[in-house]
Amino acid sequence: MTTANKIRRSLFGGVLVAGSLLLGTVSNAQTAAADTAIRPFKVQIAESELADLKQRIIATRWTEKETVNDHSQGVPSKTVHELATYWATKYDWRKTEARLNRYPHFLTKIDGVDIHYVHVRSKEKNALPIILTHGWPGSFIELMKLIDPLTNPVAYGGKPEDAFDVVIPSMPGYGFSGKPTTTGWNPDRIAKAYVTLMKRLGYKKFLAQGGDWGSVIVDIMAVQSPNDLLGIHTNMPGAIPADIDKSAFAGAPAPSGLTPDERHAYDQVSVTYKNVYYAFFMGSRPQTLTGLADSPVGLATFLLDHDPRSMALITRTFAGQKEGLTKDDVLDNVSLYWFTNTAISAARLYWENKSNYFSPKGVTVPVAVSAFPDELYQTPRSWAEKAYPNLIYYNKLEKGGHFAAWEQPEIFTQELRNSFRSLRK
Amino acid sequence: MKQPESTASQVKGSVIDIRPFKVTIPQSELDELKRRILATRFPERETVNDISQGIQLSTIEELAKFWANEYDWRKVETKLNSYPNFLTEINGVDIHFIHARSNHENARPILLAHGWPGTIIEHLKIIDPLINPTAYGGNESDAFHVVLPSFPGYGFSGKPTTTGWDPGQIAVAWATLMNRLGYDRYFLHGTDWGAITVDLLAAQFPENIIGLHSNMPGVVPDNIHQASATGAPVPAGLTQEEQRAYEQLSKAYKNVHYAYYLASRPQALAGLIDSPIGLAAFLLDPITALFYPPATELFQNADNEKPDARLFSVYDEGLSRNDLLDIITLFWFTKSGVSASRIYWENKFPFFTPKGVKVPTAVSVFPGELYQAPKSWSEQAYPNLVYYRQEEKGAHFPSWERPQRIIDALRTGFRTLR
Repeated sequence: MTTANKIRRSLFGGVLVAGSLLLGTVSNAQTAAADTAIRPFKVQIAESELADLKQRIIATRWTEKETVNDHSQGVPSKTVHELATYWATKYDWRKTEARLNRYPHFLTKIDGVDIHYVHVRSKEKNALPIILTHGWPGSFIELMKLIDPLTNPVAYGGKPEDAFDVVIPSMPGYGFSGKPTTTGWNPDRIAKAYVTLMKRLGYKKFLAQGGDWGSVIVDIMAVQSPNDLLGIHTNMPGAIPADIDKSAFAGAPAPSGLTPDERHAYDQVSVTYKNVYYAFFMGSRPQTLTGLADSPVGLATFLLDHDPRSMALITRTFAGQKEGLTKDDVLDNVSLYWFTNTAISAARLYWENKSNYFSPKGVTVPVAVSAFPDELYQTPRSWAEKAYPNLIYYNKLEKGGHFAAWEQPEIFTQELRNSFRSLRK
Repeated sequence: MKQPESTASQVKGSVIDIRPFKVTIPQSELDELKRRILATRFPERETVNDISQGIQLSTIEELAKFWANEYDWRKVETKLNSYPNFLTEINGVDIHFIHARSNHENARPILLAHGWPGTIIEHLKIIDPLINPTAYGGNESDAFHVVLPSFPGYGFSGKPTTTGWDPGQIAVAWATLMNRLGYDRYFLHGTDWGAITVDLLAAQFPENIIGLHSNMPGVVPDNIHQASATGAPVPAGLTQEEQRAYEQLSKAYKNVHYAYYLASRPQALAGLIDSPIGLAAFLLDPITALFYPPATELFQNADNEKPDARLFSVYDEGLSRNDLLDIITLFWFTKSGVSASRIYWENKFPFFTPKGVKVPTAVSVFPGELYQAPKSWSEQAYPNLVYYRQEEKGAHFPSWERPQRIIDALRTGFRTLR
């Protein structure tokens, strides 16, 4: 080695040392700041990922047709074939990506995990901040249709005083949020993280809305932080009296003394409990579903079946029906699960959960309930009043199901406007 | 292979109904499997350090490596083809079966019924000792003619395209098959679903059955069975042995979510046909979690790298990586992940209750079985109990894992009935 080289090397080394010291200082400084840093985020799936997905769909190794002519063994194979053909040949993720990127996305670390969220402020004065929280097998995508009507009501049949500032987070392990590497991310912890998120965005008091897991989470947020919550809206209320819920879970005949509405709800939830074995499976063996990470069609088949009514409402577009979700809607959500490889991380929430889905959690803040007919159960007003002593709004809808915001966004928007009108000053 | 008796039985049945069959998976299928294994997209690691969330990522990654690079399907294919294989259509579905006749004059026919996810492979190791006892420590008088069918929707049997193939209909198909082979009186042995089908067969056609052996006997009194499935506290008045069985059952019912899921949505598991690693994880999980807990180290322990190394070393014979992959690979090539699940959807029988068997019955009780059948219940459920033995080791797949013990049970248990 020449002297010059030695010098160069030592200089180089010296620079490196200095550099890493410097970096060290900066990153230390950042660590303190990084805990609350908010980083802009853009949805950008690599071209190679798109090609790989297409290749895998085309190479799908198919199962035989079910032995029935209905949904009773799961999503019919005809539907899955339709879906796969459309997915591989017509579906355009880039369009979806562009639409998603019309809104500002961010990442921020909360409790050790990156939380992804969309944040859109209204231009209207006195807009109320609201956090919209999704569930399984949904994602932030199921709530995106609400952003424009909620933040810009005048352009969507509303009044300036109907405006909201909208925050839509992805749950840990879902979409573009980070995947927890340790245990403990149950609905309680997610609820805490969401309150932290809203505070970090500068909202001292805010509204929270939820469906599916989101419903459980907003109930818990209200119980944990009643002083921060102006009110909540839920379309899957935790409102079934505990003993009645227990009896439905056990498959017992309906208890006596129920009103017709209560009886109807009881029958619905009894059917639900008989059709959510996927939930018990994910609750006990999430990691065993590893095939969902490897097979796009396997993933789609699994995600299309939440409960019998939802399965019908989600899959009808592949039978050519126009009402509700489009093929693109359905595949936006499935593709998101695929590209983010989140089938297992999302399933793990069931493993983590210890909360009861449908029984009252002790919410005392103002509550608005939209009772959709095709929800897992249509909450009777009587149960809603008992579960939520401060019930400020209750409406029984004529149409809409478990994914109402996704499937009936106009009705849903109107529900949110009506729900919280009385809270505005 | 010369099988004169087999030809004779075909004549006695119906020649056109029984077609010889050979297992020949094309090389292109083997290549495609390897390609898919190597292209696997894995999920992230579990958030725990044990099997409580299911098959661990490191296990499945090791399995993938071994499966793609070391495993040799042709070995088990050759083994399968060392016996005469046949297809025969029963009730509209092709039933695949191995029919291995003994050369001994006084051999008695026996039907071996497998379960999920066992397949015929779980009984493969006991064929030779059963047909040729003198080469395997037995006497001529211990010989059996072996009939080993694949369940409809399993292995090389056809896949039902209509509903109705529940254990009752399968039991009738077994009787039809034995009759077609010319066997009027025969023995039965069953594991898992196989145990349920042979109970049902013996109850329905007692005149055809010489005796039945089960290692998953249906003996739990109805009310107790019901209580265990709902997680109720232990009923009063049980003996210590019964109480232990009750607790085992209650625990089992809390750990068979896969069974409930298959019963409710078999079609939703389409991914099992498309992803070999997804299939492997799904099949391996109940085997390891329910019956062979030592398999946590299954594909992780360097000592086990030799393909034929016996795993699950707490059991004296055990299973090898090849054993496990033989079954998984059979499922893969025959695309039977979903069709095999459908029996759960079809079934209306309680798993462990008495089915009304009156024929002579032999019961082997393995400690790792879903529950250890107490003698008291066994005597009630099988009024003609000719043999009852508690084994020291072994679990749910004894003829796969501890073939010696099952061979001994079949020889000893049935000796007085010949």
